[in-house]
Amino acid sequence: MTKKAYYDRKIKRATQLLFYKHHMKPGVKGWELKNALGSDYPKVLKILENHLEKLDLQIKTVFEGENPSGEPTLEELNKARFYVTVRGGLPEKDAKMMGWRIDDLAGLATAISYIISKKGKASRDNVEELLRSKLPSWRVEMNIARYIRNGYLGEDEHNQLYLDWRTRAEVDQKALVELLLTK
Amino acid sequence: MSNKEKLSGDRIQRVIEICKTVDERGVDPFSLDIDEIISTLQKYFPEWDSPEEMAIDAEAVQCLASVIENQGNWVKYRSTSLYTDPFLLEDKIQRLKKEDFIGVFIKVWTPVIEMEQLSIPYLTEAMKYWDSLVPIDERWQNDNPMEVGTGTITRGELVRQKIFAEKTFMEDLVASWDQLKQMVGEKKKILYWDFIGCNTYKETLDRAYMTSFLVTYGYATLELHPLDEEVFIIPFTEPRLELADKQLVSVPISISFDEWDKWKEEKLNDKKSLL
Repeated sequence: MTKKAYYDRKIKRATQLLFYKHHMKPGVKGWELKNALGSDYPKVLKILENHLEKLDLQIKTVFEGENPSGEPTLEELNKARFYVTVRGGLPEKDAKMMGWRIDDLAGLATAISYIISKKGKASRDNVEELLRSKLPSWRVEMNIARYIRNGYLGEDEHNQLYLDWRTRAEVDQKALVELLLTK
Repeated sequence: MSNKEKLSGDRIQRVIEICKTVDERGVDPFSLDIDEIISTLQKYFPEWDSPEEMAIDAEAVQCLASVIENQGNWVKYRSTSLYTDPFLLEDKIQRLKKEDFIGVFIKVWTPVIEMEQLSIPYLTEAMKYWDSLVPIDERWQNDNPMEVGTGTITRGELVRQKIFAEKTFMEDLVASWDQLKQMVGEKKKILYWDFIGCNTYKETLDRAYMTSFLVTYGYATLELHPLDEEVFIIPFTEPRLELADKQLVSVPISISFDEWDKWKEEKLNDKKSLL
């Protein structure tokens, strides 16, 4: 088998693993990619990333805990989760097509920003109070339940809301805070 | 516990609760006056005597350490680019129009692509499964238990099937007791090894096993001569069942294969010398 054919085969397999949902959550763990593609899977992902760039998509790596300061080690990559996400921003009208009402999306943005400002954890009461200032009460409760169900927010045993896996995969928190401050 | 001690205990409990609130609710850890808490703990420490009080004090120190760790993390977070004054951010959130906010969020939001699709092979597999699936009313049907008629069985059959032993334990015990009495005869006692020693090691072990029960259940007793290293067995003419309830002393006697072998050799030599 030529090198090109070898990588073509691996890229097809990586695409299947990354795009299709295999578990409750989308995406795939590093160790799963290692088992399916071999230990050179970071190289396969890099080639796939070049293909995806043309489609305005990207492979997003979400590490366990904090992001590594330098180049991630193979061990850190094995524990991380990989997703395919949209690369650039979306046109505003497209958000509607994704099943989000403008109110719901604004509520999500508000909740996420507020939790970021509170060092990643905020009481559910406070978040609800903030959302109630612009949304009807019944909608606030329903929305928070939806954000939690979809993995944007998590709630601990002390009714503290925190940013869950989907926010870490989909939202550039630093850019969000910077943009908000410049508004 | 005196009123003063109770008051001090309550104070320390309050310290623990405050520290826990800071940890669990994400309250600014710098809102606590650590020095004051430390001096409170120092003040009450000499009053503690019981282990429970010491445990509460230790818990308070542990909670305080956790708050200090939190302060460290807080400083670290504030030094990162993600930190923004929460009041400033809250103010921005409140003032921004819904549409503007969406505009900002859309720029930083990159939704995950996830697809779900059925494939022909998987559908075929599912159809095969469906065909082989037994209808639910058949699956949940109650199985009629097999009817078994009653019958009779003899004791001999039960012994043959190893459900019953040929002789009961008590029958074996009494047989051993009779044997012991017979071997002792007029002498009243017999050397332990002379009673338990048999031609094979297995038989010797069996006899030793039964002897231990003869002594325990009050059918016989042991007479120990520590200086001569001799142990005698004395059978009772009638079982003394009252002894069975109060075991006064345990006598460990080793019956290794070497000891049995040595006993057997000595016995043979004795026989030869008699001849």
